[in-house]
Amino acid sequence: MTTLPHDSNLANSHANNHGVIVDNTIDRPGERAPLVLNMDKFSQVTATVCRVNEAERAPTAWYVAFTLALGLLSVLGVCIGYLIVTGVGVWGLNNPVMWAYDITNFVFWVGIGHAGTLISAILFLFRQKWRTGINRFAEAMTIFAVICAGTFPGIHVGRVWFAYWLFPIPNQMEMWPQFRSPLLWDVFAVSTYFTVSLLFWYTGMVPDLATLRDRAKGKLQQMGYGLFSLGWRGSNRHWHRYERAYLLLAALSTPLVLSVHSVVSFDFATSQLPGWHTTIFPPYFVAGAIFSGFAMVVTLAVPAREMFGLKDLITLRHLDNMNKVILVTGCMVGYAYSLEFFIAWYSGAMFEKFAFINRAFGQYWWAYLIMVSCNVITPQLFWSKRIRTSIPLMFALSIVVNVGMWFERFVIIVSSLANDFLPSSWDLFTPTWVDIGTMLGAFGLFFTLFLLFCRYLPMIAMAEVKAVMPQADPHGAGAGKHGHARAHDHH
Amino acid sequence: MSRFLFPRWSNLLLPTIILAAATIPVYAIFFVAYGLSPKTLEVGYQPEQPVPYSHALHAGELGLDCRYCHTSVEKAAHASVPATQTCMNCHTHIRPESPKLAKIKESYATGLPVPWIRIHKLPEFAYFNHSAHVSRGVGCVSCHGRIDKMEVVYQNEPLSMGWCLECHRNPDKNLRPLSEITNLAFDATAELSASEHQALKTKFDINPNDNCSTCHR
Repeated sequence: MTTLPHDSNLANSHANNHGVIVDNTIDRPGERAPLVLNMDKFSQVTATVCRVNEAERAPTAWYVAFTLALGLLSVLGVCIGYLIVTGVGVWGLNNPVMWAYDITNFVFWVGIGHAGTLISAILFLFRQKWRTGINRFAEAMTIFAVICAGTFPGIHVGRVWFAYWLFPIPNQMEMWPQFRSPLLWDVFAVSTYFTVSLLFWYTGMVPDLATLRDRAKGKLQQMGYGLFSLGWRGSNRHWHRYERAYLLLAALSTPLVLSVHSVVSFDFATSQLPGWHTTIFPPYFVAGAIFSGFAMVVTLAVPAREMFGLKDLITLRHLDNMNKVILVTGCMVGYAYSLEFFIAWYSGAMFEKFAFINRAFGQYWWAYLIMVSCNVITPQLFWSKRIRTSIPLMFALSIVVNVGMWFERFVIIVSSLANDFLPSSWDLFTPTWVDIGTMLGAFGLFFTLFLLFCRYLPMIAMAEVKAVMPQADPHGAGAGKHGHARAHDHH
Repeated sequence: MSRFLFPRWSNLLLPTIILAAATIPVYAIFFVAYGLSPKTLEVGYQPEQPVPYSHALHAGELGLDCRYCHTSVEKAAHASVPATQTCMNCHTHIRPESPKLAKIKESYATGLPVPWIRIHKLPEFAYFNHSAHVSRGVGCVSCHGRIDKMEVVYQNEPLSMGWCLECHRNPDKNLRPLSEITNLAFDATAELSASEHQALKTKFDINPNDNCSTCHR
């Protein structure tokens, strides 16, 4: 495509009459919409991002949020402590509902984690340049979400001091995990995912940590950022190796976007329980994971860009794009819901049919209704560009999606377990205060980690954002002298 | 520009960290698997008993059958520690004045049992039945070792879950004819051929389970 000089059409097309660019969500043929607004120099990017970490005092909103998050985190601590001391009986589990909030929360958080890897790996390989504005904190979100997710399998085993039995470690009992069980595959899938995501996140952060190190005033900051920037000096060789490593990690984590939630879905799909025993589960779970993950990115991005003054880097266009992803994946999820009903009818299996009718109209009809309204119906509003680009509406809708996706897992897990083959063994699940406290507390853990990340680590990949500015293109707008701009093919 | 770069000596840290990261988990796994295994911690447990009773003398030199004292072994889950009266069957007449018998006689007089210290102890969540093993070809020696040579009894085998499973998964070698059940000197592996083991397996209908509920009921 043709990049035109900044001082001609480009400036006019996305700008108001004061020359300040306000709307970059408009697509004009033959032009790339700017991804960084109101900045001509690279140093402005650095200053905007580093200001968050270098400020003496964080914004007041940060302190308020952090206090709330710590409060919820202590609720989690109390609930887990009580659980460990007393046993899983403190949850509302019963026979047959032996999995409820614990595994619902696990799947919910693992799902949230998927957006980070999708943004960082798949969008990177597809050269989607808008990813650079949001990839860093989407990846951070992934890591914190997987930490939250990992908590639940660990505590739901009852005797947490035996949680190491999840791993195949040689022992005098000659007892090994069941390698034919998807629960073990899950352990491998999630721990691989965590490791690769962490490496990817950290590798991408090294140049930015070095920037913070070089700008740091205090000895402690210099040492801290210096230690973790691994002696980065920005030499040509450093950049070359960095780019290679980043590309390799992107290639490595791309299959993980699809595999991890597929394996999570096997926890259910390989069982014989009606409502779980469904071949559509792997793609359905992956779509749902990306759906919920992007919703969580929007939920976090909207207040974060407000709180830390990052509106020129996380622009409306970024949010608009994410809302489009939410719309698409929301439709996929809706398709999966309807296909499940079709297959239940088409299979002619009595139990399968019952499971789905019971899911929609049985005792958990309200959960099913919340799920369908939040995941399929309300995201349709994103067809409208006005709603896609309205900050309050997208924030509200993203939270609605988060709620809906939590209920999706609840519906799948609990409604299937509660009414299985044998009516004599049916039972209802009612959560206890510990169930609810643990669920809310996990949000405390997540937000505590996320707020700490915002304050102490570079929230936006500065080095990468600079590379997508027109000024970074040696043949493009930034470098082009008047009348010297030339056509340049980016593909 | 003041920037924190690593001093030259820190180059040494890199190989150290890589080495530590590679070896410490391996060491930890081996430490837990072998260092904390009952093979290391339990085998050889040999507490001093209240009465210096010698199995080497009674079961070895004198040739008493195990079942003379451990009477219930063929019929019950427990092999039963003999009552003081069993000792006195003989010791009323044999060496009645031996100072080593002081506690036995005291127990005989008061009716209070001798506080023997238990050596072979399975956890309470593991169900084990002596009769199921002893009456179907698994001899005493398989689990207890050469008691007939022990002056003071000690634990000879780890009694760990893995050790139990090894035999449950592959029982042939530990089978012997019922006539040799209490014969601690009889080496079933050496003295019986593979086909004889197979025959015993068929005869006793040995088909051991190794699922959880076999032992954890």
